[in-house]
Amino acid sequence: MDEQQQQQVKPIWYFVGLILMIMGGIIFCTGIYLYFHPSMNPTVLAETHPNLWWGSIMILFGFIMYRVSK
Amino acid sequence: MEAIGLSVIDWLIILIYFAFVIGIGFYLRRYTKSHEDFFLAGRKNSSWVAGLAFLSANLGALELLGMTGNTFKYGMYVAHFYWIGAIPAMVFLGVYMMPFYYSSKIHSIPGYLKLRFDEKTRVLNGIAFAIMTLLVSGINLYAMALVLHTFLGWNWDVSMWISAITVAVYVGLSGLMSAIFTEIIQFFLIWFGLFLVSVLGLIEIGSVNEILARLNQFSPDISLTTLWSSSADPMKNGMHVHWAGIVLGLGFVLSFGYWTTDFLVVQRAFSAKDLRSARMTPILASFFKMALPFIVILAGLIAIVLSIDPKSGFHLLQDGGQINYDSALPMLIARYYPPGLVGLGVTALLAGFMAGQAGNISAFNTVWTYDIYKAVLNRNASDSHLLWMGRVSTIVGVAISLITAYWAKSFPSIMDYMQAIFSWVNAPLFATMLLGMFLWWITPNGAFWGLITGMLSSFLMYLAVKFEWIPQSLITLSSVQSDMAANFWRAWWAWLICAVVTVAVSLLTKKKPKEELVGLVKGLTPQTLDANIPFVKKPEFYALISLAVFVLLNIWFW
Repeated sequence: MDEQQQQQVKPIWYFVGLILMIMGGIIFCTGIYLYFHPSMNPTVLAETHPNLWWGSIMILFGFIMYRVSK
Repeated sequence: MEAIGLSVIDWLIILIYFAFVIGIGFYLRRYTKSHEDFFLAGRKNSSWVAGLAFLSANLGALELLGMTGNTFKYGMYVAHFYWIGAIPAMVFLGVYMMPFYYSSKIHSIPGYLKLRFDEKTRVLNGIAFAIMTLLVSGINLYAMALVLHTFLGWNWDVSMWISAITVAVYVGLSGLMSAIFTEIIQFFLIWFGLFLVSVLGLIEIGSVNEILARLNQFSPDISLTTLWSSSADPMKNGMHVHWAGIVLGLGFVLSFGYWTTDFLVVQRAFSAKDLRSARMTPILASFFKMALPFIVILAGLIAIVLSIDPKSGFHLLQDGGQINYDSALPMLIARYYPPGLVGLGVTALLAGFMAGQAGNISAFNTVWTYDIYKAVLNRNASDSHLLWMGRVSTIVGVAISLITAYWAKSFPSIMDYMQAIFSWVNAPLFATMLLGMFLWWITPNGAFWGLITGMLSSFLMYLAVKFEWIPQSLITLSSVQSDMAANFWRAWWAWLICAVVTVAVSLLTKKKPKEELVGLVKGLTPQTLDANIPFVKKPEFYALISLAVFVLLNIWFW
């Protein structure tokens, strides 16, 4: 791969940031839905709403990586 | 076995992941013009990229399902695989061995054997490595199918074929470059997808100390919570192994054999942009390796604590009346993860297996193309022909992995299967490499016959114990038995036999002239490494920090 081509390839951190933001966003939105419509068969510790806080952490981390890669 | 089941949101997350990795394969195809791009990712990567890929290539089925399942079976002793079974060897690779590998501009480990010894040693190792790689690749397919089977209730055959085709597409399109890109994405998905299991387990049980206390109460005579204090008597630890077996078999032979000679992981360091980055690759990876027990070992211990508490309702799956230890992690995900997070957890597991399998396949296509095809079958192959052969061997390698996956399925635990294979191939190879890299008078014939004797003796020991031709205690030097102890000790004997034969034959056969060994053997190579950079930027400085953390962790969980 020559230098010109190498410059055109987006850095890996761009892709990592992108997929974490997308997946984190979906998980966060699911968490909002489950907050208002709790499942009939809740998982253990469902009352801590892990989708909300874990989804937020993923979005934040993904955003930082995405920005850094820019 | 009843499937756990997924919601539409979980499916969406899994589909996004598959679309993403295949999309990256197509994206990078535009930049894969030469065989150097395909097999070595153009030698342009930073130490961070190469380091994370180095670790991710190892983060396959074994590290996730296998190690969590083994923790359920053996207790905390499994952490030895992450600490003494990895860190000293990774640091040794970065500090001492990488300069010889990287500076000789080889494409593969067998390539080094050709330069240091001769063509026949290279081809022998190339064939052994190719076979081993396909056997290990099968494990990843099997594990991926286990997850799809457990969560979705899919048929084994359909699960394996879908997984295999996905890896064949993205590795076939862009070789090592797309393997590395997806490995790094997989590294982050594994952490985000699986660390939450440990977090939620800790919230439910209370604390790490509470987990250890409950395990000690459950098993007061056989320790499940210590690393070394119960290792003097094999009867007193869950793995039934003596500390000498851990140190010699795992810490020395298996660990150094895997981390310093297994091309699957070392290939990632070869993709680094310069020698310092290549040396930093395994050293940076060692820090992340040390952190992995906080996913897998902790999850395994949480699974034991929950399973001994009848009120928890937690149990492992059973297959044909036998406990399926490898189901520990999927069952924890099903326990804790609501919709959405289940999709992330399943994706993390699939990502791990695909990273492991892609690593095996990209290493296989390189060794096949350079060390078998070009070395023996078509010496005058052009650049474009080699690139074509790399793509063809990727597809063929995946197809053969499908066959080996069915064999892996017949083993009670994938970890036992893996260690058996490593003790056949990697253990003797490490003796050859160590002697060849540090003693100039080791001869090509010494290396060749040492390698053959070491591999055959390890395989024969395996067969002799399996078919009860000899008692296992003859190998393990102990009346207490476990498959893992037998693997450690067999690796040690294979290494010793290879080393003794290599030295003995070398004393009787013709040596290579010293001038042909400059740059390949320590003592004949000028010491010019990183002479002009400050100590705090040298790989040796980070190696010392890594070793210090390693020592502290072992003391903490003594």
